[in-house]
Amino acid sequence: MTYAIECRQLTKTWPGKPPVEAVRGIDLQVEQGTCFGVLGPNGAGKTTTIEICEGLLRATSGDAFVLGKNWATQGDEIRQEIGISLQETRLSEKLTVLETLTLFRSFYRSGMEPSEAIAKVSLQEKANARIKALSGGQRQRVAVATALVGNPKLLFLDEPTTGLDPQSRRDLWRIITEFREGGGTVLLTTHYMDEAERLCDRVAIFDHGRILAIDSPQKLIANLGAQHVVVFAVSGDSMSSLPEDFGANLPGVNSARVESEHRCLSVREPHMAIPALLALINERKLRLTSLATRQATLEDVFVHFAGHALNDDETGAVR
Amino acid sequence: MSSSWKMHPVTQLFLARFREFMREPEAVFWSYVFPLVMMIALGLAFRSEPMEAISIVVQDGPGSEVLKATLRESRMLIVSTGTEAECRQQLRAGQSELIAVAESMDGVSGYRFVFDPTRPGSVHARDAVNDVLQRAAGRQDPVATTDLAVTEPGSRYIDFLVPGLIGMGLMAGGIWGVGFAIVDMRIRQVLKRFLGTPMKKSHFVAAMMFSRMVFMIPEIIIVLLVSRIAFGVVNHGSYLNVLLLIALGAFEFAGIGLLIASRAKTLEAVSGLMNLSMVPMWIGSGIFFSAKRFPAFAQPLIELLPLTPLIAALRHVMQEGAGVLQILPELGLITLWGAVTFVVAIRVFRWE
Repeated sequence: MTYAIECRQLTKTWPGKPPVEAVRGIDLQVEQGTCFGVLGPNGAGKTTTIEICEGLLRATSGDAFVLGKNWATQGDEIRQEIGISLQETRLSEKLTVLETLTLFRSFYRSGMEPSEAIAKVSLQEKANARIKALSGGQRQRVAVATALVGNPKLLFLDEPTTGLDPQSRRDLWRIITEFREGGGTVLLTTHYMDEAERLCDRVAIFDHGRILAIDSPQKLIANLGAQHVVVFAVSGDSMSSLPEDFGANLPGVNSARVESEHRCLSVREPHMAIPALLALINERKLRLTSLATRQATLEDVFVHFAGHALNDDETGAVR
Repeated sequence: MSSSWKMHPVTQLFLARFREFMREPEAVFWSYVFPLVMMIALGLAFRSEPMEAISIVVQDGPGSEVLKATLRESRMLIVSTGTEAECRQQLRAGQSELIAVAESMDGVSGYRFVFDPTRPGSVHARDAVNDVLQRAAGRQDPVATTDLAVTEPGSRYIDFLVPGLIGMGLMAGGIWGVGFAIVDMRIRQVLKRFLGTPMKKSHFVAAMMFSRMVFMIPEIIIVLLVSRIAFGVVNHGSYLNVLLLIALGAFEFAGIGLLIASRAKTLEAVSGLMNLSMVPMWIGSGIFFSAKRFPAFAQPLIELLPLTPLIAALRHVMQEGAGVLQILPELGLITLWGAVTFVVAIRVFRWE
């Protein structure tokens, strides 16, 4: 079986002084009928990689095959078989939903009726409303409908839920799930780890233009060796005086890290780690102000591999 | 799917452009009303009326009373008087076209005319005043002449102006309409989104040009109708030829608009480029006055401007009733401009 997407040693360097290496040697395969997630902070090379696969950018070196075809020679055929939703497209506000989809449908040799695409994203009531009158979530659904109207085998979604409210996010998750149930393949980028855990069969974790890890979300978490996280805080000033690895050597604990106002311990065995932590806090005469445990998530996987938290990309600092 | 022409990408892209345009009331208003306002204002300002009386001034001094009395005999002249300084001031301010001074040299009395030879009104005043004074002094005209006044439609300023305004409308509509729309779509990432579909680039460009031609038709009809009703401007040529020129002109300036917008990333950048390209044509291509007024060395450059052949051909057709064969050189130049800019624009076009 051919892969829906296959990248071999993909690189992309933007000319400049100094040149920016956005993608530094990516290898990945996406099997047909699966949902593949590309995770990572802003600037990790997610969008560059997806846009090379969409044929919007040319790789500096390496190959990208889509549905077994080569962009260099079979671009027109690939475009007939894929649907894309860019990170930011502001569709014409003066056109109605139906007019917009009819326009996009006209570009494809075959596909669904525009009204069917509207039904797929549950916007029947808004079919004759202008884009201008739609909410952010509804506009995003129209954008996804323009990707669906050509009946694609492969759907590219670049941060489809960024900036949306929880209900709109769930609406889009349902649309993506239904497309998959119909046999379609999805490549999506996101920086929401919960979204990837929920939707994706496999994920690749990107940072600084490289893939840090690639596997199913469950395996990535299991491979951490510590499936629990203990989050705690102590009162006021004593927090900053604690060493960064406070608690890392306690029994049942794998590692410790600072996360904004809290300290996090990656824990194998909570029943051993928590009493030991409480004892240590008592011994240091500290006052515990919060304590919680949760299951490890892809976010913890990211921190484990990248050595910094997902949100640190804005400042570049590791807190 | 419904009928195939309706789902053709060019039809759908055209419809999208058409709807966007019609749903922007300001754009519709300005593109159709602006040329009209301009025509009416200029038509009124430069309306053809019998020559008004000429204002002149007589400088105070010996003999000025006689001179003044002689000149006041003529109905063509409005005569005032003043000191030398006052006279100069009046001439400078355009209140008087000429200063007449009585003088005597070696006992022979005569007149001195002070006027500005670069002002048509001044030159005309000199001849008129000279004529009155010579006749008063007893000059006899050796040949009898009779005047027959004729003011014929087709030779007035408004007849000259209307083809110029049609050309201007085609230029501004094409460059602004296409240039702005494209940069706006680039900023909104719509062009990039289209690039991710099987849409053919030539279909997109064809739809842009075709929509430009369609938007121009009502504008031209309005200008032709109003100019006919308000000023009696008639087309001495064939309407088919006018239509041909309008279609080619729309094509030409859509191509230029496309080229100007082919790489610009911001509305500010494209506005600057559009103004830069239009100013030479506003001034040089003969919208408001004949391009022949520019010095000879500038003529080859002026003739190469995209708007010059369009306006020249429109005037040949509308004022002189020229046929297609007589405007072939202009048609060739217009087509060449459109085709070259079109091809270059597609080559260098930036989709994201």
